[in-house]
Amino acid sequence: MKILYFAWLKGKVGIGEEAVAPPAEVTTVGALLDWLATRGPKHAAALANRSIVRVAVNQEYAGMDQPVKAGDEVALFPPVTGGL
Amino acid sequence: MIKVQREDFDVGAELERLTAGRRDVGGVATFIGLVRERLGDATVAAMTLEHYPGMTEKQLAQIEAEAQRRWPLQASLIIHRYGRLEPGERIVFVATASAHRQAALEACAFLIDWLKTKAPFWKLEETGAGEQWVAASESDDAAAARWIKKVAE
Repeated sequence: MKILYFAWLKGKVGIGEEAVAPPAEVTTVGALLDWLATRGPKHAAALANRSIVRVAVNQEYAGMDQPVKAGDEVALFPPVTGGL
Repeated sequence: MIKVQREDFDVGAELERLTAGRRDVGGVATFIGLVRERLGDATVAAMTLEHYPGMTEKQLAQIEAEAQRRWPLQASLIIHRYGRLEPGERIVFVATASAHRQAALEACAFLIDWLKTKAPFWKLEETGAGEQWVAASESDDAAAARWIKKVAE
């Protein structure tokens, strides 16, 4: 599974991208975020406030209950601020 | 048509291309977003737009398809830049062409409101106080939400 971080999440985690192999019981976005937060203090700090973290699975917006599986591209980022 | 690019764009040339050879367009509505120098009490020296290559194009194409579904558009164009931009520089261009002005104007307003809350772009602003990621604004969410209400009605 490929995890991507953007904007301040990238800064807090310290990397823009990582390949991970979560345990079998991690089957949803919510469980994946819980598991990612245990990977280290930087991950924990970046994911401390879930209300300002948005998730996309395979480039589509995803809710916390959405299933995830091996091979997925999961992106974590703050609420978007495009336009003018 | 969707374009995500680092370089600037030529508004006149883009508009020329949008309706070239067409005889069925009665009106073209456009919106151009620029980098603004004032941020509350601070002065912005520059901003850097980061995006999610791949998802950006996908989301913008979905947004454009939604506009095409809601209004009778003959043509539409979204150009969004990324990278470091200084005050006065163009960030985004939206153009919609239709037989009649109302569809063109409404679709243009919809596209800019909708893309602000859907397209995966983030702004890093440079001010005298350093660099800071811009937080999403509630007024942007409200502007996008009024188009959801219109569907419900």
